[in-house]
Amino acid sequence: MSDIVIHAENISKAYQLGDFGTGTLSRDIERWWAMARGKEDPFLKIGESNDRTTQGSSDVVWSLKDINFEIQRGDAVGIIGRNGAGKSTLLKLLSRVTVPTTGEIKVKGRIASLLEVGTGFHPELTGRENIFLNGAILGMRKAEIKKQFDNIVAFAGVERYIDTPVKRYSSGMYVRLAFAVAAHLESEILIVDEVLAVGDAEFQKKCLGKMGEVSKGQGRTVLFVSHNMGMISQLCNKSLLLKNGELGNYDTTRNVVAAYLASDKSQEFNRLYFELDERKMIGQITAFWICNDQNIVVDKVTFDQSIRIGYKLLVKQYIPGLQIGIGLQDKVQNRISTFIKPILLSEGDQIKGMVTLPGGIIAPNTYNFVIALWNRNGEVYDIIDNVGSVTIVDNGTEQALYEGTEYGSVILNATWE
Amino acid sequence: MQKSDGSTDWTLRITPSRSAFDLHLKDIWLYRDLLWLIVRRDFVSFYKQTVLGPLWFFIQPIFTTIIYVVIFSNLAKISTNGAPPAIFYMVGTVAWTYFSDCLTKTSTVFRDNVSIFGKVYFPRLIMPLSIICSNLIKFGVQFLLFIVLLVYYSFQERVHINTYALLFPVVILLMAILGLGIGLIITALTTKYRDLAFIVTFGMQLLMYATPVIYPLSAAPAKYRAIIALNPMSGLIETFRYGFLGTGNFYPGAFTYSVFASVILLLLGLIVFNKVEKDFVDKI
Repeated sequence: MSDIVIHAENISKAYQLGDFGTGTLSRDIERWWAMARGKEDPFLKIGESNDRTTQGSSDVVWSLKDINFEIQRGDAVGIIGRNGAGKSTLLKLLSRVTVPTTGEIKVKGRIASLLEVGTGFHPELTGRENIFLNGAILGMRKAEIKKQFDNIVAFAGVERYIDTPVKRYSSGMYVRLAFAVAAHLESEILIVDEVLAVGDAEFQKKCLGKMGEVSKGQGRTVLFVSHNMGMISQLCNKSLLLKNGELGNYDTTRNVVAAYLASDKSQEFNRLYFELDERKMIGQITAFWICNDQNIVVDKVTFDQSIRIGYKLLVKQYIPGLQIGIGLQDKVQNRISTFIKPILLSEGDQIKGMVTLPGGIIAPNTYNFVIALWNRNGEVYDIIDNVGSVTIVDNGTEQALYEGTEYGSVILNATWE
Repeated sequence: MQKSDGSTDWTLRITPSRSAFDLHLKDIWLYRDLLWLIVRRDFVSFYKQTVLGPLWFFIQPIFTTIIYVVIFSNLAKISTNGAPPAIFYMVGTVAWTYFSDCLTKTSTVFRDNVSIFGKVYFPRLIMPLSIICSNLIKFGVQFLLFIVLLVYYSFQERVHINTYALLFPVVILLMAILGLGIGLIITALTTKYRDLAFIVTFGMQLLMYATPVIYPLSAAPAKYRAIIALNPMSGLIETFRYGFLGTGNFYPGAFTYSVFASVILLLLGLIVFNKVEKDFVDKI
């Protein structure tokens, strides 16, 4: 017997765009008429993939299209995709808030979903009353909640306020209590939408720890949506990438995160060509590009991936001591590092080269470059400043929780004693 | 990885459509604690931060009764079949309010709970059921008030309680069923056709006058009596009043009709509700 707990087969979800109000009655009649004759629903036929940037011709859009996947027991699966890729729709289908338009999802075990913190919290009720109410809404029996009650309160750290109406809680306390209830559900499958973004770093760390414990320690299955690749990488062993409602990739988190980052449209900013300039007598830079370790032009790489920078030079007049230099600088143009290579006469006048910056050292952040053609004496023949842009995305360093804040420019494996 | 579809170890199948008659009654039973907690929430939040608290449950029927006595009995001089006007109107108001609250609150259940239904699954029927139960508590409290009045008039021998009063639990159940059934149908339709929500608010006020609440059925002109009897609430209110006050009549035909109408409307309501609940969040 296999250990598959979720099996999704050809699931699609269509949504109607625009106004519902007018014409629904006539449209309903038309639909009934088509169904009565055993024909397809006339308003679902002309579906197109969900690309919100282009104007479609029909007002039915497929938020999910022909998704197939299987999830094994004990897996922690990250769901990755840009806004509008269908992540939330998929979670809604899995948590039974709505049903797919076609296809079937088969599930083994109880599902608890946390699409929002504190669903059903009533501001007038006390923390204690809300724990029971919220727990019951999420599918717990009263006896189960009673058993977990002390753990929930301790996890949320609201012992003192437990008999105070939650409308008097700070927003942080509110979120902590709400997550605590959900985290103590005894379900086989836990679905968590991007709800952790609301808490502070300490609490996020606690939640991630709890979720990790749920999936690794207790062998329960976790599905987790986040835009924070660091969190996904820390928590999830597998990931599922959605692209405009279609399944892009379902693989180990490491591969999927890399594929997701490489799929960004703005990457073309990182492939540049420069026009020839008569005034540059000695030589000039004619092209510059940034790619990942698979030689795909990108603007994002994961922390452990290496960055490869390509360049093309045209040497018009060879001078001994000619060299190419590339500098890495941060957002405020502090130079992080510089790489220099001498140019030899034997290389000819059309030079194409690459330099690889090793992964796992440069701290997650956004960087750009400066590239220059100069000689050993400091005479500069061509220089292009602020060129390219690459964001290094955390995929599981110790500092993942602090992503976006400044924690330095390099990450060294320091040894503590 | 291919598995035969006949395997039975899946505990849940999420599919585009399901049988209209699969009402998930087992699910509702599993969530019975939730039902109780929601009823408690409604009750507690009703009187939190009020000075009079649950006393508010009494104030509405008392004032309604006083106004009805003044207007319909003293000014309009409508017959009460010999019963004391105060208790006559009290029965009518309390019973009608229960039915009417069940219906109007149920009829907006999708709209009122869209934020919670859109985020978490539990059997949707829990919400309408909790409305019926919350209102039953309110009705019970108001019924105490009625009992006080009943005892007072019984000592004066102005009302004559009889064995038909034993039908009272059945009558309450039927009123709940009827309110729930119609409410479910309306809430299912209002997800698409909002217009119905407006009809309900004033429709219920009008419907009260088409029900023997402020007058006995026997006082209605003969040509309207058949129309009034078509209203399933008529037989119920008349039975209720006859049992406790001993005035008016017990109409076996009207009562039987009410039983059938209530049950059929409830079944219809459940089926329609069940069909709409699965994906109404996309449409509302």
